[in-house]
Amino acid sequence: MAEKSNKPTMRGVFINGVLNENPTFRLVLGTCPTLAVTTSAINGIGMGLAATFVLVCSNFVVSCVRKMIPDKARIPAFIVIIATFVTIVQMVMQAFLPSLYDALGLFIPLIVVNCIILARAEAFASKNGPLLSAVDGLGMGLGFTCSITLIGIIRELIGNGSVFGISLLGASYQPMLLFVLAPGGFITYGLVLGIINAITAHRQAKNPEKEE
Amino acid sequence: MALHISTGPHLRSRQDTPSLMRDVLIALCPAVAASLYFYGFKALWIELIALACALLSEYVWQRLMKKPMRLGDFSAAVTGLLIGLNMPATVPLWVPAIGSVFAIIIVKQLFGGIGHNFLNPALAARAVLLTSWPSYMTKATVPLRALTLGFYEKTLEGVDTVAAATPLLMPGTDVKDLLFGNIPGAIGETCKIAILLGLIYLLIRGVVRWQIPVCMLGTVALLSWILGKDPMTAVLSGGVLFGAVFMATDYVTTPMLKVGQAIFGVGCGLLVVLIRNFGNYPEGVTYAILIMNIVTPLLDRSLNRKVYGEVKQHG
Repeated sequence: MAEKSNKPTMRGVFINGVLNENPTFRLVLGTCPTLAVTTSAINGIGMGLAATFVLVCSNFVVSCVRKMIPDKARIPAFIVIIATFVTIVQMVMQAFLPSLYDALGLFIPLIVVNCIILARAEAFASKNGPLLSAVDGLGMGLGFTCSITLIGIIRELIGNGSVFGISLLGASYQPMLLFVLAPGGFITYGLVLGIINAITAHRQAKNPEKEE
Repeated sequence: MALHISTGPHLRSRQDTPSLMRDVLIALCPAVAASLYFYGFKALWIELIALACALLSEYVWQRLMKKPMRLGDFSAAVTGLLIGLNMPATVPLWVPAIGSVFAIIIVKQLFGGIGHNFLNPALAARAVLLTSWPSYMTKATVPLRALTLGFYEKTLEGVDTVAAATPLLMPGTDVKDLLFGNIPGAIGETCKIAILLGLIYLLIRGVVRWQIPVCMLGTVALLSWILGKDPMTAVLSGGVLFGAVFMATDYVTTPMLKVGQAIFGVGCGLLVVLIRNFGNYPEGVTYAILIMNIVTPLLDRSLNRKVYGEVKQHG
């Protein structure tokens, strides 16, 4: 990984978050919202952007105060910082996007314990500078957003015949309800994960000297 | 003279996967015949489509993944035919097609092909179809013609459907109707005589042991009797018999030991009665067997016998 060998660059950190260490497909973090809220594309993108906002802000603040937080009390301190931003997101969403707020329901407050955000605070923000941490949050957040939007698109298309609420497959299409129910989440996640693993393995087999 | 030196096992049996699966296909023949008799060409189409899609999916997957071609072991054919027999007669033909593709690709091949799937492919596909298109899957049609002087005699055109998987709610059904299949249901599971013929054949050929079907049916009968239901009707209605004979006896997804198989059968029966009487679904055979499929590895592990000559491992 880049940050061990040489000094991490903004661009490297950002790309790392979106692709090489994509939280959903490469690190397999944040599976709970990935499975639960991706019944439609709009839910996926809403959840992803909410988490991205929290991630950027919490990474920045955690990085700013990282020297002040005693090592033994760091997790509670992180949670307090994260919970602050989650509360902001929750209130803003309730005020301006009430339908999305209703659709995401319990999963907005649960962003507090989203393991992507905690993991980045622990693994990156507490060791790096504020600006770099914010970029890491942005990269990770967008990686998460892209992934769960992709799953949302697939599930909505098969399970409802539409994408972002726009009907694509016509009125004669009989939606496969399974895909908007819980089993469909597991099946879609597993299949996409498998395909991405296969592509990664294929690319690594092609040029083995190039480390991912 | 050539001397062959090989490692064990040296004891050969004439039973292998193709011969076992061929026996299952033969055992399914009476059920297929009954479905053709009761539902006519509609049943034939459903079965052919399900069969063809299962074989085609298996072929395409093994071709694309450069796996050894194993169409000849008939396992895909059995899966396809079982899916077909589990459809109601009014189902649109693309439903069994999707079911077969799902069963072979997702449930069987993605987990490593024959012998590696942890769920019965045909049943998992049925559960998927039931969840995805409940309106098509729960429409049970009364037979095209009846074996006895039928008062159910109706044509498929003026389709007369009953939206329930168990005919327990139908007035005027007696045990004889249940036995012959003069009841609404999936095309292959209504005629119990045909299924029993299949069971007898499988038992005589030694393809299945008696433990699973007998324990499952016995548990259903006993518990239904305790709950104040008629045990005979409970066993003969819905998909219990078909499930007990053809679905719960799949080699891959059921325990290996006789004790385990008995527990498996009792578990299936218990779950069927619980789902039927206390659950939201009218029929629970599919989910009962699928749940016990998942329990199977635990049963196998906890009942693991000490192998002869095995030494206790240290560390």
